[in-house]
Amino acid sequence: MVNIMERKEYQKLIEKHKPKENKLKNATIAFLIGGLVGVIGQGLVDFYQSFENISRNEAVSLMMVTLIFLSCLFTAIGFFDNWVSKAGAGLFVPITGFAHATTSSAIDYKREGFVMGIGSNIFKLSGSVILYGVIAAYIFGIVRFVFFGG
Amino acid sequence: MIYIYSFLFAGIVCLIGQIILDNTKLLPGHITSLFVIIGAALDTFAIYDFFVDTFGAGALVCITSFGHLLIHGALAKAASDGLLGLFTGMFSLTATGITATIIFAFIFTLIFKPRD
Repeated sequence: MVNIMERKEYQKLIEKHKPKENKLKNATIAFLIGGLVGVIGQGLVDFYQSFENISRNEAVSLMMVTLIFLSCLFTAIGFFDNWVSKAGAGLFVPITGFAHATTSSAIDYKREGFVMGIGSNIFKLSGSVILYGVIAAYIFGIVRFVFFGG
Repeated sequence: MIYIYSFLFAGIVCLIGQIILDNTKLLPGHITSLFVIIGAALDTFAIYDFFVDTFGAGALVCITSFGHLLIHGALAKAASDGLLGLFTGMFSLTATGITATIIFAFIFTLIFKPRD
């Protein structure tokens, strides 16, 4: 009985001293930064498409490679972690987040060696995206294929 | 105009992600996984294709487009090869993103030192 009372008191104490996150500010930053990433992506697609022999599909692929390259590089240099923690969903929802999660887990486990370190941990954070993406695509693909004829 | 659409679409998707992050106990990993599944679900009925056509790169940079590309490649192959196409075509469109991520992540991991 005493234990439960203590626990309740403790919860109250925690609530009181928990730093209040400014949800409105976080949401605004996420919206602006995420939108900015979208604009940069569109800018890159238009830039690559302005070359004569590059089709739209190739331009889209090049745009993704460029964004991934930059976020892997910035993560490895070190300041991208800071950006992601400030921008929140603005940077982890776009493809930059996937590259950041992969690179940061690879770097974190570098000390443990090439196979047991980098090899087994590189997809530690981003692997679930691939796993559940493939599972979902497979199930929805079968549904679409069987019930709607492809 | 496409820039404004790109901004709004990518911004709103990120905004939804941030609202989920702030108001539930879900972590970024949960949210990105959820968004990939949503992207695949939307593309099952070609809704995400409409997003890509309308909102341009704004719809392509979000992680939802990863799910869309997975099922898009799988269905395109399935249309010609039957159900086996779901296996052969699954990574046909996402290969760019995954390969680029693996290669750059590995190279930069070799070059740069881990932080404390």
